[in-house]
Amino acid sequence: MRLFLAALMMTALLALPVRAEDEITSFTLDNGMDVLVIEDHRAPVVVHMVWYKAGSADEKPGVSGVAHFLEHLMFKGTDTLDPGEFSATVSRNGGSDNAFTSFDYTAYFQRVSSDRLELMMRMESDRMVNLQLDDSDIATERDVIIEERNQRVENNPGALFREQKSAAQHLNHPYGVPIIGWQHEMRRLDRAAALDFYETYYAPNNAILVVAGDVQPDKVRDLAETYYGAIPANPKLPERSRPTEPRQMAERRLAFEDPRVAQPYVTRSYLAPERNSGAQKKAAALTLLADILGDGSTSIMAEKLQFDKQLAVHTSAYYRGKSLDDTTLSFYVVPAPGVTLKEAEAGLDGVLSDFLDTGVDPEQLDRIKMQARASQIYSRDDVNALANRYGRALTQGLTVEDVQAWPDILQAVTPEDIMAVAREVLDRDKSVTGWLTAPEVTQ
Amino acid sequence: MIRFVFATCLTILAVPAQADVEVQEITTPGGLDAWLVEDHNIPFVSLQLRFRGGASLDAPGKRGAVNLMVGLLEEGAGDMNARAFAKATESLAASFRYNTSDDAVSVSARFLTENRDKAMKLLRESLVTPRFDPAAIERVRAQVESNIRSSLKDPRDLAGMAFDRIVYGDHPYTTPITGSLDSVARLSRDDLVTAHKAALVRDRLYISAVGDITAEELKTLLDDLLADLPEEGPPLPGPAKLNLPGGVKVVDFETPQSVALFAQPGIDRDDPDFFAAYILNHILGGGSFESRLMNEVREERGLTYGIYSYLADKDGAQLWMGSVSSANDRIGEAVQVIRDEWGDIRENGVTKKELQDAKTYLTGAYPLRFDGNGPIAEITVAMQMEGLPKDYIQNRNDMVEAVTLEDVNRVAKDLIDPSRLTFVISGQPEGIETTIN
Repeated sequence: MRLFLAALMMTALLALPVRAEDEITSFTLDNGMDVLVIEDHRAPVVVHMVWYKAGSADEKPGVSGVAHFLEHLMFKGTDTLDPGEFSATVSRNGGSDNAFTSFDYTAYFQRVSSDRLELMMRMESDRMVNLQLDDSDIATERDVIIEERNQRVENNPGALFREQKSAAQHLNHPYGVPIIGWQHEMRRLDRAAALDFYETYYAPNNAILVVAGDVQPDKVRDLAETYYGAIPANPKLPERSRPTEPRQMAERRLAFEDPRVAQPYVTRSYLAPERNSGAQKKAAALTLLADILGDGSTSIMAEKLQFDKQLAVHTSAYYRGKSLDDTTLSFYVVPAPGVTLKEAEAGLDGVLSDFLDTGVDPEQLDRIKMQARASQIYSRDDVNALANRYGRALTQGLTVEDVQAWPDILQAVTPEDIMAVAREVLDRDKSVTGWLTAPEVTQ
Repeated sequence: MIRFVFATCLTILAVPAQADVEVQEITTPGGLDAWLVEDHNIPFVSLQLRFRGGASLDAPGKRGAVNLMVGLLEEGAGDMNARAFAKATESLAASFRYNTSDDAVSVSARFLTENRDKAMKLLRESLVTPRFDPAAIERVRAQVESNIRSSLKDPRDLAGMAFDRIVYGDHPYTTPITGSLDSVARLSRDDLVTAHKAALVRDRLYISAVGDITAEELKTLLDDLLADLPEEGPPLPGPAKLNLPGGVKVVDFETPQSVALFAQPGIDRDDPDFFAAYILNHILGGGSFESRLMNEVREERGLTYGIYSYLADKDGAQLWMGSVSSANDRIGEAVQVIRDEWGDIRENGVTKKELQDAKTYLTGAYPLRFDGNGPIAEITVAMQMEGLPKDYIQNRNDMVEAVTLEDVNRVAKDLIDPSRLTFVISGQPEGIETTIN
């Protein structure tokens, strides 16, 4: 993200509005740019976002972090805008703007009064093709991203540990490289690398426009055709294909020590399939599996490890279904005082093997499905989150139809589906186990 | 209804929209005051309860009691243990969040129209009849202690704790709301029961509700929910005596990037110059990419990823605060630039253009905040705590517009005080020595 701000990116809700079909309009411009309009007329606000189907996992080897670096540099100016003028203009119009980068996408957004939409489109379409960079901008902004890495990663042993763990999880796929970049490669990022990424991937036929809020689809279409429609498609846009994982045949284990670790923990992640267009059933089962095992105080991990045995002060399970390529199902156990990481890990193994024997508690599954249904209602209160949900989906291989089908697919998952996917995914050969500790103090 | 009436927009510059959120002020038969914004678009309600006092009500020697007590509200109530309570909440797809801060205990609830009564019955149990079961106490105590241990190795938290110790004298603000490992270890069940009776009381309660509910329904709901809480609690601690001597305190901690907090005395929300100070802060360090500090420290020099300043208005203390993080060998330069900017804005004031840009941003952005039941409930409960009238929503932008260049520059001279700008830095900052004992 260009700047740490509000909690816009915090939540990843999984359902969509009940009347989604009524509120969502999608179409494609002649140059191949997809457009999605989400209507919410309760307040005169619009969120205008452009998502590029290019993220850190699309970088060439050796320039890790360049997708995120370019995201920062996109605020530096164009043929017609001075450096900083983009954000200053948004701000003078009472709006706020920012951007964020992930493995599979880079997105830019402004949140403004809905009568300022045209100005946003004029500026955003301008920087899609007219970016101007000089070398002094490059050097200063590189210092900024290095400080960003210091703040997010170098100052945080847990973040350093997660980087090492992710690198071990992926034997060949670029998801093993951090989004922000490896520190030594970030120091060498230059203008040529940034422009290479820009010229390769920033084009209307590789972008998705999401406009959400108090807008009319016809008006958005007119404006989009005027500003984005005028930009020719890039005929040389490369096919989106990345190195893929070989068979993973041996479990990996990491012990990461850092004197700044106050609270040791153990984590285990398993390579797992992601949501695929037209085939989301397995991912839906994995989503519910993660909830059953590790979401909140009624989950199995909490019950067994925090309540029954009191081995842990905190437990959780996490599955990120939206991803272009294979993702992970992961578990965390923070041991109680006096409990070793070995005992905590044994506790986790016990939970997983017991679960494979005893299966799904239907009452628990009903509660989780009830919450999924309710989230369709609650999510209508937050059009920002909806815009993000669709933007992420459409840059990660899913369609509008896939997003709209997801709540029903979740509701249709059976206990048998969940057990089948659990048996498939909980394969130690595809796992990484990590211990995060402080070194023993020697007298 | 969540609606805004637009003034005519003819120019490209922001002509501020006017927020026209219709707040109903209600009083229940039981005597509770609340604000309601009815909106029947989506079948749920956001309810915000704020009990003034919060962690400041910790009795001497019992630091952390209110925080631990609040952590236990959802860990068993009435005839339900912790897991039964959680299961019941999940079955209704309701969400209850309990939080402790320096000056308030906050309860944020979200519940569906279809099972509103059941959800409120559950919430009532947690607020009125929490069990404080010994097993639950030990479980949550261990979680709090784990968080405290993490804070003791977190550079930002370390800076914050050292800052509080220097600035707040003998006020409760001087120590973390979580308490220390020592104080938390000593808290008994009786301490928690006492904290509960002290902190969740009706005469310091502020309420807002937004969404699918009528005034009459809300009155009944609130009386059922809150009638059995005690009417009043012990006195609040009053204002802190601030110690802001200027200079620097370094907290040695081995990590690559130093984290700095800085502060000087602030201004009260009720002060006639509040809006002038608010705009001044926006220009100095509040306005994201457009602020002077962001421009000088980040955009011009690349010394940090982010730098901010803000007016911190606690019940018992007003500070003008900021923070920045820079690598150990660069934080010295960042501190110098901040000091230079602090002096410059006092000496030379702001420009007419800066003032105009700040006003167009602040007035244009304000109505955009009211974009959902959840945000409106939070804004309206905070307004009540600050003693603002409901028509503040309509009048606030006029107050911003009324501030003149002379006002801002006078306030800069009167209020900005480089000699009291105090830095607390954790890390291993090069070339910076502690000057505060």
